[in-house]
Amino acid sequence: MELKRVVVTGLGALTPLGNTVSEYWNGLVNGVSGAAPITRFDASKFKTQFACEVKGYDPENYFERKEARKMDLFSQFAMVAADEAVADSKLTEGNYDPDRVGVIWGSGIGGLRTFQEECVNFANGDGTPRFNPFFIPKMIADISAGHISMKHGFRGPNFVTVSACASATNAIIDSFNYIRLGMADVVVTGGSEAAVTEAGIGGFNALKALSERNDSPETASRPFDKDRDGFVLGEGAGALILEEYEHAKARGAKIYAEIIGGGMSADAYHMTAPHPEGLGALNVMKNVLRDANIKPEEVDYINVHGTSTPLGDISEVKAIQSVFGDHAYKLNIGSTKSMTGHLLGAAGAIEAIASIMAVRNNIVPPTINHFTDDDSFDSRLNFTFNKAQEREVKVAMSNTFGFGGHNTSVIFRQLND
Amino acid sequence: MSEIAEKVKAIIIDKLGVEESEVTPEASFTNDLGADSLDTVELIMEFEKEFNVSIPDDQAENIATVGQAISYLEEHAK
Repeated sequence: MELKRVVVTGLGALTPLGNTVSEYWNGLVNGVSGAAPITRFDASKFKTQFACEVKGYDPENYFERKEARKMDLFSQFAMVAADEAVADSKLTEGNYDPDRVGVIWGSGIGGLRTFQEECVNFANGDGTPRFNPFFIPKMIADISAGHISMKHGFRGPNFVTVSACASATNAIIDSFNYIRLGMADVVVTGGSEAAVTEAGIGGFNALKALSERNDSPETASRPFDKDRDGFVLGEGAGALILEEYEHAKARGAKIYAEIIGGGMSADAYHMTAPHPEGLGALNVMKNVLRDANIKPEEVDYINVHGTSTPLGDISEVKAIQSVFGDHAYKLNIGSTKSMTGHLLGAAGAIEAIASIMAVRNNIVPPTINHFTDDDSFDSRLNFTFNKAQEREVKVAMSNTFGFGGHNTSVIFRQLND
Repeated sequence: MSEIAEKVKAIIIDKLGVEESEVTPEASFTNDLGADSLDTVELIMEFEKEFNVSIPDDQAENIATVGQAISYLEEHAK
């Protein structure tokens, strides 16, 4: 059976750098940090008191008050990004079959604030259960895909992938697979997360995963810098419309890029620590190159997982050098998490968008906040430090890895007819 | 209008996102005010919390309109 080609025909983003794709991309190219003191709760007793929050977001700009009340923030973010992507794709009644349009979304956690509030309410009561009837349907991670389908009437495959920080990339790969197997014409994919809550920050602090650079939030996310001290929690959503190539051509859709490969692997090593030699990362990059049927030398840009943790950054770079050999010195490596922070289950979505926009615009966004070289990294590698770089980007790879040892990678390429 | 009736109306306006003019005694939560089954459960819970009463399920089933809610609560509120 011949696999179908799959292209990207719409994008949507709600991020710490901006609330649309164009604002997000401008922020990336200009090296803007999305980090600032936490506003969502009083963090004064927390080890980490800053995060990359979405800014200027008012649910009433997007939803009826009654509608917003029934959605956790992660679902609201999903809806806003998906709406932008659907509008961008110009899918309109009559140019698609709604039974052949799926929604495959990613979220690492789901409605963490809803869960926290309901449990706190119960704990503060006299033991009488007074759980809100919307508690479960607000909290469950899959409700995001459900809401998107209800809003737009998309009746094809519909579910959410959960693989921590790899969730959205898993969603993108699943979407790619369903379309190339002929099981859907179009899939709305991506991911969303809204974990800047007491439980989110407290939980990641307890893991010693977060930067504690409270005196300088905007320089805290510094992947590959000698003084990196952990990731910065982000929130938001990214949405992509993946579409079967002939279907897109037939309706005259704008095509951003082609998705040509998806790879997956597991570390099978530790709950939270990456494999020290980057074995899972190495395997996933080999897998995705094989799936895309391209040579390592064809890759121009790797949007790395690069979270700014001491161990993770090292093992990923080791893996890149093993897979790419001398070509590792020629391609651009970049961590957009230096600007956006780490959006957990949504990271793969907004980083796929960064990769697609790099392919479309021939610009590699920078890895900001580089102050001091770390001897752990080969100085011949180009990490795109501090300033965006113009260069031809025919092929971009986007890596995301999740707690549990889940590794995912996707490859986008300029469309060649 | 009683204080209880005022509070009941305020809760309905808040939870169902409807206009005050729509909240007439005869208005049915599901047929007139756009509530689904989950909204109705949430309304009953809000009444229980606000008026410190416990409404058994078999009696909650009989509270389908604004007027029925007000008269139930005027009778049972502590």
